[in-house]
Amino acid sequence: MSLMQEMSQRALDLGVPMSVHFDITYRCNERCVHCYLDHDDHGEMTTPEIKRVLDELADAGTFFLTFSGGEVLMRRDFFELLEYARRLMFAVRIKTNAVMIGEAEARRMLQLGVDQVQVSIYSHRAQIHDAITKLPGSLRRSVEAIRFLNQQGLRVTIANVLMTANMHDHAGVQALARELGVQYTLDPTITPKMDGDTSILNLRIPGSELNGVFHNESLVGNVEEFCAAPPAPDEDVMEGYPCSAGHTLAYISPYGDVFPCVQFPLPSGNVRRQKFLDIWNHSPELTEVRSIRAKDLTVCSSCSHVGTCTRCPGLAYMEGSMRGPSTADCEKSFHRTGTRSANMLRLDGGQHRPAPSGPLIHIQPLTA
Amino acid sequence: MSTKYIAKSSAIASRLLGGEMMVMSAADSTFFTLNPVATVVWQAADGLTPLSEIVAHHVCTEFEVDPETAYRDVERFVDELSHYGILKVSEQPFADSAASPTEAA
Repeated sequence: MSLMQEMSQRALDLGVPMSVHFDITYRCNERCVHCYLDHDDHGEMTTPEIKRVLDELADAGTFFLTFSGGEVLMRRDFFELLEYARRLMFAVRIKTNAVMIGEAEARRMLQLGVDQVQVSIYSHRAQIHDAITKLPGSLRRSVEAIRFLNQQGLRVTIANVLMTANMHDHAGVQALARELGVQYTLDPTITPKMDGDTSILNLRIPGSELNGVFHNESLVGNVEEFCAAPPAPDEDVMEGYPCSAGHTLAYISPYGDVFPCVQFPLPSGNVRRQKFLDIWNHSPELTEVRSIRAKDLTVCSSCSHVGTCTRCPGLAYMEGSMRGPSTADCEKSFHRTGTRSANMLRLDGGQHRPAPSGPLIHIQPLTA
Repeated sequence: MSTKYIAKSSAIASRLLGGEMMVMSAADSTFFTLNPVATVVWQAADGLTPLSEIVAHHVCTEFEVDPETAYRDVERFVDELSHYGILKVSEQPFADSAASPTEAA
């Protein structure tokens, strides 16, 4: 077990929210076609309000703090908040489209001891990237910013969300990351909008492409290992937690709403009305999330993928039940291993039921 | 024995977890955990209190250890953390005792 895993286990045992994803604004200078957010400002928290929340997070034991949005630099007080967070000794990670980052901003981030900066890049081709962001010139500006950040010595990762519009460009983005000397991560997940609108799910890449992604050594490493058939789940798996959401991870919106995770829109309290630690320790919603073990999952507990699936309880929640399956993850498990999930077999309505033991066809004569 | 002062680097993240301090270097994300004795020293590293006073007033009062052994062990710990760049050591008190991240190197 690595030191990091040891710390995560200790945080889980102690009930400490070790990681918090804090969207400080939903406003954005891009209008990405797959974005799940409403970019209007419906009353963001003020600078003093956010500072108070940061104090509370430090008291609660939060170590990793991710500032995200929207676009974080749309807030004029961003560097004031960043400086405040660093004074409280958080390990700060920033998710940004970087188009507002110049040399001075990059230098400031280094001075403030930012741990990592993640920049969204959709394609190495401007016509594709800019069509997704709907901001002309955005690829050029984001790439220029990555150079500034990298020159300062900051750790930068290019995050490449895959959708129908850019599904053939991941190799190009990977090459761009190599050329820039930064890390690369790919995510084929498109989530419904926060208001429940599922229309953007049409942008998800088709299964055949997903299959190609999962069998691409440059993306997944050892393909044989990554795509191996799921091992039979043991007791530890069945008694395990689905993911860290609500256990060691929390999400806070610009309006102060607290959720188990950015992808899990289960309202669990609001830091404008309650102290963060009161929500974390006493929210009935978070208590319910924490009570769920793999053995409690309605369909997935009987699925061969239960121990290895990336099942997202937030996506499952948006599909109707936090204990139910997330069909997007069923698809991923299937295209990764070739083995259909219990949910897929159930939804097939019998078309892919397992063959019976004994003779495949057996005719029983009717007797009077 | 020369007087030493210690201050936390501004390019680190740290948090107390279950009585042990987690420390991460922002320079390379190297991760450390400090045991309870090292945690006491870390928390007292304000840049203004001499190391000998930290040992006498924090380590020796909280843990059953003789002052000479304690000072020797703490010095070794300080050298090690200084080597990783997460603790600053000086023979003079640090001007900015808060070791603010605003002046990170």
